[in-house]
Amino acid sequence: MAKVVFKTEGITKVYDTGKIKVYALAGVDLELFEGELTVLLGPSGSGKSTLLNILGGLDRATEGRVWFEDTELTNMSDRGLTRYRRDHVGFVFQFYNLVPSLTARENVQLVTDVAPDPMPAAEALELVGLGKRMDHFPSEMSGGEQQRVAIARAIAKRPEILLCDEPTGALDSTTGVQVLEALRDINERFGTTTVVITHNAEIQRMAHRVIFFQDGRISRVVTNDTRIAPSEIAW
Amino acid sequence: MQAIDRKLLRDFKRLWLQALAIALVLACGVAIMLTSVGMYRALSETRLAYYERNRFADVFAQATRAPLSLLAEIAAIEGVLAVEPRVNNYAILDIPDQIRTAVGLVISYPEEAEPRLNVPRLSSGRWPDPLNPDEILVNAPFAEAHDYGPGDRFSANLRGQKRTLTIVGTALSPEFIYTIGPGALMPDNENFAIIWMGERAAAAAFNMTGAFNDLSLSLATGQSEEPVIEAVDELLAPYGGLGAFGRETHASNAFLDAELKQLRGMGAILPPIFFAISGFLVSMVMSRIIALERSEIGLLKAIGYSDTEVCLHYLMLAGMIALVGVGIGWIAGTALARTLAWQYAQFFNFPYVIFQVSYWVYAVTGLAGLLTTSLGAAQSALKAARLAPAVAMQPPAPPRFNRTLIDRAMAALRLSQSTIMILRSLIRWPVRSLLTTLGLALAVASVIASLFMNDALDEIIDMAFHQTNRQDAMLLFSEEMPMGTVEDVRTLPGVWQVESQQMQPAILRNGHLSKRIAIEGRPPGNDLSRVLDTKGRPVAAPPGGVLLSERLARKLALEPGDQVTVEFLEGRREIHELTVSGLVEQHLGLGAYMSFDALNATFRQAPRLTMVNLTFDPTRREELHAAIKELPQLSGLVEVQENLRFFEETIEENILVMNAIYITIAVLITVGVTYNAARILLSERARELASLRILGFGRGEISYILVGEMMLVALIAQPIGWIFGAWIAAAMTRAFTSDLYAIPLVLEPATFAKGSLIVLAAALVSVLIVRIRLDRLDLVAVMKTRE
Repeated sequence: MAKVVFKTEGITKVYDTGKIKVYALAGVDLELFEGELTVLLGPSGSGKSTLLNILGGLDRATEGRVWFEDTELTNMSDRGLTRYRRDHVGFVFQFYNLVPSLTARENVQLVTDVAPDPMPAAEALELVGLGKRMDHFPSEMSGGEQQRVAIARAIAKRPEILLCDEPTGALDSTTGVQVLEALRDINERFGTTTVVITHNAEIQRMAHRVIFFQDGRISRVVTNDTRIAPSEIAW
Repeated sequence: MQAIDRKLLRDFKRLWLQALAIALVLACGVAIMLTSVGMYRALSETRLAYYERNRFADVFAQATRAPLSLLAEIAAIEGVLAVEPRVNNYAILDIPDQIRTAVGLVISYPEEAEPRLNVPRLSSGRWPDPLNPDEILVNAPFAEAHDYGPGDRFSANLRGQKRTLTIVGTALSPEFIYTIGPGALMPDNENFAIIWMGERAAAAAFNMTGAFNDLSLSLATGQSEEPVIEAVDELLAPYGGLGAFGRETHASNAFLDAELKQLRGMGAILPPIFFAISGFLVSMVMSRIIALERSEIGLLKAIGYSDTEVCLHYLMLAGMIALVGVGIGWIAGTALARTLAWQYAQFFNFPYVIFQVSYWVYAVTGLAGLLTTSLGAAQSALKAARLAPAVAMQPPAPPRFNRTLIDRAMAALRLSQSTIMILRSLIRWPVRSLLTTLGLALAVASVIASLFMNDALDEIIDMAFHQTNRQDAMLLFSEEMPMGTVEDVRTLPGVWQVESQQMQPAILRNGHLSKRIAIEGRPPGNDLSRVLDTKGRPVAAPPGGVLLSERLARKLALEPGDQVTVEFLEGRREIHELTVSGLVEQHLGLGAYMSFDALNATFRQAPRLTMVNLTFDPTRREELHAAIKELPQLSGLVEVQENLRFFEETIEENILVMNAIYITIAVLITVGVTYNAARILLSERARELASLRILGFGRGEISYILVGEMMLVALIAQPIGWIFGAWIAAAMTRAFTSDLYAIPLVLEPATFAKGSLIVLAAALVSVLIVRIRLDRLDLVAVMKTRE
């Protein structure tokens, strides 16, 4: 049995707008394993992003407990969460979130400057197939290229976990596949536990496990016996 | 270099125009502070060094004729270090090829040793030969005005004895840093000379052998003036002593004091305003940057940058703006201070200028700049630090607009949607709208605070030269003359009208307050030189009464109806209690007026005069001057129109420079505020405006929303700016008022209009520059990218 990387116990997240309470998460129990590529599927507002933010230390649960390996994140201080993110977590976002005033290489350096044991920025970019575009600014790159810079940025610190929120959401099929290939490549090469949020049901077929969300809860979990390659996916 | 620092540099590069607009405002504050402190220090330190090196006296006194044997007693007064007796007298000069009668103040100096006090500093040539009584030194500015050098000659009427004097050297003296002739308003180096003559020659010329009529004393450190002044007055009283006085009352020194006071006022009032505005601008720009970089902040935090690192990142951006502003301010301020200090040296007859701006001034201005911009950025930077990463990654919630009474009013007025957008935006961000308005109001105020000086000077000139002094010339005599002199003067060629006037030096006292002034008396019906009340009507003092200029009354805490003690310094030196019968409006000097008859009755003497006012036929000016040059008792001649010309030339140049500086400042503030505000507005509204374009709005219509909002703010700023301007102008008139002059607060509608026009024009140009960007809106891209 693989090592448990993440464990959550009955986590809820309530947004209190004063007049009404919105339950983004309504009691989620979950375990994620080392080296696993998990896809979170579900409609908008089903709680996927909220869970990802809590796992990544960007947000806190209203109730319940969360562990990363042996460390409990639930009541960790801001400083502790910052260190946790800096040392262990890589993020990939739907809209890339690159700093427009920095080149591809410099965007990756943002991370390598502060991570304890990073790989060289150039190496990370080579890994995502952008070795020749390193000194371009985001505005000079296509959406797929920008997302791959974001992935390079996420993996440059050699994170134990890679959290991806709709990484192909803003991309067409061809460039989306390139991004997915990069993600699977990283997952296989480094054994990085990878969580991918998507709306795109096709993508579930490349995952080890698929977790379905509905109204802030896990509605079902499917384990894929056979996985397909990203190149076989199209949308 | 770390990637985050590179981001900082590139952000700064991208924002350079906005940053520069802020930096220039900050630079203004730094430069003005450096200039005023630099000039203040240059002026005060040069003066101090000059006074010390050339042993400027501490106490001064004049008498009619005191024996030299009195000196031992004077020197024995406790606290007196050195005593210098002199023979000083006015002489009428006849300058070759010059129609105009010039006046010289002849000052004796010891021939055997160097003067103990008020030592002249030789600028060229040599000291006169004691064996040659016709050799003299003249003050360098007079020599320059006539292109005189050693060897040149002119003739002088010394008490009726005409002598040809030979210049052997030129000099400057700490007594005459500001050289002004008797009765004159402005220095006139062409027609007023300081002449240093050997003591034996001077004593012989003025019949003062074995006596002196002028005394300078220096005091031991820490010795207060008052007891010495009292003792000197007592000793000199039998010899026609005119009352000793300290440096504070010394004309040249008092003028420098007034100038220093102005510089101090300028350094204290203006820089804080600039620092505040740049702080506000930084805060405005930073809050927008943080709004725009919301997701980048979230990202930095998601990657693992700490709150402190994020906060510092944005503070450093403000720090870079401060760096540029302070740098420009230092360079401009140093250059400006240096140039102006030299101009001062020229105007003020200093032999040298000690110009050194201490490092602490640079340090203080630098720190002030850094601190204000940091304070301005602090709120935004802290907001960035506090922004929770998960929240930051999401687009900000759209601003809340509530339906208020104002909305109903707008609906009732059937305003266009664009106008409603403008008004709502102003109401939605009230603090920002208010601060932008205040910034522009300060720009308007800056113009008004400078332009009002033009009107104030017109008022001073009108009052001094058209309302009160309507004569063509004043003749001042070195001693009291019988009334028959009026008739003598009337017979001079070309003279039309002659009126007599009397001046009596006196000390006015009210309790512990006192002031040494000259009381003027005019025969009833005098029309050439008038005294006007505060409403501008001619007024005469009743017997037993005295009219005081408003400022003198304020200085002595007197009001009409109060009693004032008048201690006359001439004649029998009597002390009288007089009633303050009214107040007189006067901008130049501190005047006090009595009735001519009452003055003569007080002195129990036949009517006498010390000066006459006259009008003359301008075509016969040459003949008149030729005749005046022969008058033995004349001590001074003032041609009023000529004085006015000097006054206007000197002051106008200064005012012109000042107006130019203040208007530049106003434009810089306006551009800084408007450009930044418009850029922020555009950045917030770009999406909205692009959407409107897609919906079919024309460029003009969307421009209206941007330009309209900015110009509406600019319009609202006007009346506030007028109030600020009037307030700053009033503060300046108070700060600049001294014993020598008062700046009246004259606020003409035209001044307000000019201030508004300048600021509105600068605002319009700034916002139109930003408007150009509307033409480049990429409609497709705007719709595609996330908010």
